Amino acid sequence: MSTPARYWREIPQRYRYEGVKCKESGEIFFPPRLVCPTHKSADFEKINLETEGKILTYTIVHVAPNHFRDLVPYGVAIVELNDGAKITSMIADCEPEDIKTGMKVRIEFRKIYEMGAAGIICYGYKCVPDLT
Amino acid sequence: MRDVAVIGVGINEWGELWEKSLRDIFVEAAVKAIGDAGVDHIDSMYIGNMSSGLFVGQEHIAPMMADYLGVTPIPCTRVESACASGGAAVRQAYIEVASGMSDIILAGGVEKMLDLDGSEATSALATAADQEYEVYNGVTFPGLYAMIARLHMERYGTTPEQLAAVSVKNHHNGKMNPNAQFNFEITIDQVLESTMVCDPLHLLDCSPITDGAAAVIVCPLEMASKLSKNPPIKITGIGQATDTIALHHRKDPAWLNVVEIAAQTAYKMAGKEPKDIDVCEVHDCFSIAEICVVEALGFAEKGQGGCMASSGRTAIDGEIPVNTSGGLKSKGHPVGATGVAQVIEIVEQLRGTAGDRQVKNARTGMTQNMGGSGASSVCQILEVV
Repeated sequence: MSTPARYWREIPQRYRYEGVKCKESGEIFFPPRLVCPTHKSADFEKINLETEGKILTYTIVHVAPNHFRDLVPYGVAIVELNDGAKITSMIADCEPEDIKTGMKVRIEFRKIYEMGAAGIICYGYKCVPDLT
Repeated sequence: MRDVAVIGVGINEWGELWEKSLRDIFVEAAVKAIGDAGVDHIDSMYIGNMSSGLFVGQEHIAPMMADYLGVTPIPCTRVESACASGGAAVRQAYIEVASGMSDIILAGGVEKMLDLDGSEATSALATAADQEYEVYNGVTFPGLYAMIARLHMERYGTTPEQLAAVSVKNHHNGKMNPNAQFNFEITIDQVLESTMVCDPLHLLDCSPITDGAAAVIVCPLEMASKLSKNPPIKITGIGQATDTIALHHRKDPAWLNVVEIAAQTAYKMAGKEPKDIDVCEVHDCFSIAEICVVEALGFAEKGQGGCMASSGRTAIDGEIPVNTSGGLKSKGHPVGATGVAQVIEIVEQLRGTAGDRQVKNARTGMTQNMGGSGASSVCQILEVV
């Protein structure tokens, strides 16, 4: 098992959706990068991702890794947020057959899995249908 | 730079090799390649291997393989680019020969995958994706290609039957390959009725987990006829490229830009175009991958790859035969060995020794090897001299 550092290092992204914005191009990167691939600049400001967006493509996972086995079948999608950032996320609170390309979703803070009986409970983001 | 030729190939039966260890399967293929070339020594070695550490708990396999092949103290380097490790190993060997640094080099690949159970092997393969931002959030490797497939189907009208036709065609070819893991025919219905892995990909849209190795011997073209009685097959073009590790960061996840760039590099170097290619081995880790790859290589228009297999255009007697070996689907996919085996199939085709799988008058062949969901790719163009 990894040390807890591997987990808590990612907390700003998983709990608070922290990314960066290139001050030169205005592009948003998530997770944060040290170098902008477009302009090779290192001048960024910290931002929080928009929490609303839409599904670009998705799959329904029927054969899952052991720690997600209880969830199958579950949806996973590439979601484009309203600020242009793209993420891979599970789709929760939604029957798999109701997931559609173009569907509006929003990010929510959820439990992802547990690292074994005595391990860390891992949290992060999942997307749910945005009915507002 | 010196011209470089392949003068020897070695590959054995792939599959569930319970009796054999990682070192056994590599050494068997390497000995066969050295014997096929007829050389009395090698100067250097590159070994494509994705993850011996995760699959069998062994790192530092470059000296181990040199040791068990009995060729120490020559330099030996392990090359890793996930499922494109084999293609990348061949490219490193090419560079070392072309540069004049060494003359006779073995480029091999090996993966011993079945010592892990299916779930563990799947997790090991998933390390080719972004662990923290893709895999953490529940996506699997088939899941990434399933998302590519869904985009392709919704945007271009590609059908499940067209996906299945890729697997059916590759099994048809693999039936004629005695080294293939699954050398039998399957039907469209069998693919569509097989277990759903990640919608829309069924089990028979997916390449299997395989133990296997492959090796080739390369040397300067000018020395080929002195070193070997085999007809030299010249590597005339070679290209390698990278893209974002995460599928979601690609501008268009349904377009394999990495393949287009690697192929364009190889075409330019060889002075060839897609229409000049007589036979091609591509990375059909999933049926949708072959469809996207034939587009990126320029054999089909963007979005039109779906009908290539179903219409027979990529069959052995079609306009551009693709995966005459059976591809990853039927031949098997021991990830680090795959790119080297692709080169072997093209060499066999260009030598005219591919048996029932032989493409008539094949003079120019191409390989396309891919890592991850399209984060790395290596293409090679080989020609009869």
